Amino acid sequence: MKDKYDVIVIGGGAAGCEAALAAKNAGVKNVLIIEKEKRLGGILNQCVHNGFGLTHFGEELTGPEYAERVAENVVKAGIDVLLEAEVIEITEGYEVKFASYNEGIKTVSTTALILATGSYERNAGAILLPGERPPGILTAGQAQLLMNVEGYAVGKRVFILGSGDIGLIMARRMTLEGAKVLGVAEIMPYSNGLNRNIVQCLQDFDIPLYLSHTVSNVYGRKHLEGITISRVDEKFNIIEGTEIYFEVDTLLLAVGLIPLTSLLDKLGVKFSKSRSAVVDERLETEKPGLFMCGNSLHIHDLADEASKEGELAGLMAANYVLNKNKKAEQKVKLLQVSPSNGVNYVIPNFVNYPSEVDEITFRLRVSKPMLRSKICFYVDDKLIKTKFYPFLIPSEMTTITLKKEELIDGKSLTLTAEEING
Amino acid sequence: MKDVIIIGAGVIGGLIARELSRYEVSFLIVDKENDVANGTTMANSAIVHSGYDPIPNSKKAYFNRKSVPLFPKLCEQLDVELDNIGSLTVALYEEQLPLLDSLVKRAKENDVEVKLLNKEEVLAIEPNLNPEVLAALYAKDAGIVNPFQLTVHAIENALDNGGELLLNAEVLKINKKEGHYEVVTSKGIHLAKVVVNAAGVHSDDIAKMVGDNSFEITPRKGSYFVIDKLAEPLVNHVVFPLPKGGSKGILVTPTTAGNILIGPTSEYSSDKTDIGTDAPTLNKIRESALTLVPSIPFNKTIRTFSGLRATPNTGDFIIEESKVAPNFINVAGIESPGLASAPYIGIYVVEELIGKLLPLKEKKNFNPKIKKYTKPKLLNEAEIAELHKKDPRFARMICNCEQVSEGEIIEILSRSVPVNSIKAVKKRLRAGFGKCQGGFCQIHVMKVMADFYKVPLSKIVFDEEDSYIVLDDKDER
Repeated sequence: MKDKYDVIVIGGGAAGCEAALAAKNAGVKNVLIIEKEKRLGGILNQCVHNGFGLTHFGEELTGPEYAERVAENVVKAGIDVLLEAEVIEITEGYEVKFASYNEGIKTVSTTALILATGSYERNAGAILLPGERPPGILTAGQAQLLMNVEGYAVGKRVFILGSGDIGLIMARRMTLEGAKVLGVAEIMPYSNGLNRNIVQCLQDFDIPLYLSHTVSNVYGRKHLEGITISRVDEKFNIIEGTEIYFEVDTLLLAVGLIPLTSLLDKLGVKFSKSRSAVVDERLETEKPGLFMCGNSLHIHDLADEASKEGELAGLMAANYVLNKNKKAEQKVKLLQVSPSNGVNYVIPNFVNYPSEVDEITFRLRVSKPMLRSKICFYVDDKLIKTKFYPFLIPSEMTTITLKKEELIDGKSLTLTAEEING
Repeated sequence: MKDVIIIGAGVIGGLIARELSRYEVSFLIVDKENDVANGTTMANSAIVHSGYDPIPNSKKAYFNRKSVPLFPKLCEQLDVELDNIGSLTVALYEEQLPLLDSLVKRAKENDVEVKLLNKEEVLAIEPNLNPEVLAALYAKDAGIVNPFQLTVHAIENALDNGGELLLNAEVLKINKKEGHYEVVTSKGIHLAKVVVNAAGVHSDDIAKMVGDNSFEITPRKGSYFVIDKLAEPLVNHVVFPLPKGGSKGILVTPTTAGNILIGPTSEYSSDKTDIGTDAPTLNKIRESALTLVPSIPFNKTIRTFSGLRATPNTGDFIIEESKVAPNFINVAGIESPGLASAPYIGIYVVEELIGKLLPLKEKKNFNPKIKKYTKPKLLNEAEIAELHKKDPRFARMICNCEQVSEGEIIEILSRSVPVNSIKAVKKRLRAGFGKCQGGFCQIHVMKVMADFYKVPLSKIVFDEEDSYIVLDDKDER
């Protein structure tokens, strides 16, 4: 390991590894990945189900297989990797302080920094889960880790809160492990998971899905004994008298992920309303040389998507490093990007005009399910692009690319999503 | 036979034990829980009240005021986090101004220094307050403390100076014998000349075992929000609204760990074990707190919890020898400002109450200090390098949110107060107290414990005995 690097990537998951590879392949000499676990691959290592790699590797892989391939590529490319090292601080001047059993607590400096630290799960505290707090309440990821990596069983009678893909996949996983899954509750009036998962993970095993329901109480002191779920109104308030009791020893919470960005707290990086760090189309934050990708920027549905985003961050970090000493070229202007009607959030939050990239990628989620619909791009009041969709759902990230030439000069870029009537 | 048995290993029992360990007196602390500091001490506002608020001449006023000056030295000796940040009691409405004036008067009667601040002065030191604030009472002596550390370390100090502790020992019966008491617990029968009842919400039930029906304790539930550590401080002081209906109201305060604590509510309960939370109560807290500090980021909530105050029907602390049972000392009804009163309660119970019943001969080798804990976070580079050379486990992070190393966990496992549960680790080191709430670190904490105690992972409990996290193995089903 060296004292100084050109690019340091924090986090060796799908996004981070790809970022390091892209930077290295673009000609950056000294690239380091700092990873807290014993191996590269991040959360992929505990996702033993398949469905990964279709776009990134052109074939269907399990999580660990995907992780292994990525790790092999990293080693082949000659990228330095520091495992079992936890980054504890980043300074203004990109001094990265880490702690590791082998190295101690040390500092290594870098020209460009890519944050790919992933996300953490919303838990009982974050969702204000009512009732008692006995053991037996686990996040889906915790259960995955205990079962798939550590080889322990966690429960026999299970209820799952949250019907995103993670909740659905855990329903199947727990069933295959021999547990009885009594149901899945979803606070929204629709599932947030892929249709194929609703069929393959719930319907095939006769697991009921309770839409517009949430957990309204938790019972048990020494261990979880049971829960009630209740119907909710359109404002998500519990409707009295609709309680259904389930005797369970395990409640899995699959209620969403939150970008893990604690390392940025002291750097004064700006965040958007959706709790994403504010970045431009090059995935650079407002701090020059600090790039973001993967779930630490915003939550992705697929590892493949995170890899792709990582690739861009790596390439842009490389450009930053390799062109750092060149004279500033033409002055660029920033357009502020805003989600509007029907769009929940969009990455990036700014685009440069003119842009340094040929294709500007927008990643967004709509705010509600829509049938035949369109997404429109406006620069100030002028419509510059429209894209049509047979349907749009919040649980599937929508990716749209805009050619460099399609962007025009202006102050702001607004995105809308709406159904087409008639 | 022991000289003294202390029932209850909360902050009160703990500080009594620590005072008692100064003397040539044998004693045993018993608690029904699987860890010390597991009842009211585990769930409260963690505040050292300045003492202006209690009714003058009450025990609450007396013990609070006597205790506040003791905190700095005590926390230094016991290696406990304490921050003397001061408190602000805020008037938001015209009709509250007379109340503020009456509090100034009361503070004077209680001999507590306070200062009335006008709007500009308040907003200058607490800019995130509701801009409609009219005035506030500033009490410089108020502060925040880590109540878990205070209790665990006080008991550690008591044990290191010769005391004994028995956990998972629920007191079932107390028999009065000739010249001593026979305390029947779920972990055997123990004899003592003097019994101290510091059993929190259960102290009336314990008193009844010796025929003392002189008081009743009603649990009064308080619920709280904990907000994640923020990049910029939200408030710099303990911020109270003006008292309303028996409670000090919903306060907003930093904690010694850097979180924001918001609560408590005040609801009488019939169940001495019910510490569940519910949505309507939490909504009330949110509403009330937002009128005080409108910018509280409730979307960064990392936990909600409830605790029970031991509210007595006598209206004041009960700190005296029982009138019907000689040599049986009640230290009961220690609701707010109980934590802020605990240090002097400890001294008073030992010197004034136990001292009347037993001869107190000072120990020659009493050590008032506990062995300092290793805190890698506070060390400089050279010290860290040295520490890592000595034990690399201090550089292996187990809890990322709170940056707790394996070395620190091993260190608490090796101290004299037993660490039997994941919650006990959390209480001592904050592993699992952060934003992921153990999502990442719980398994690693379990592994360190299993390895240290040489037991399988399936024997590691969350809190109570038998509260296991994982089943034996996959075949068990």
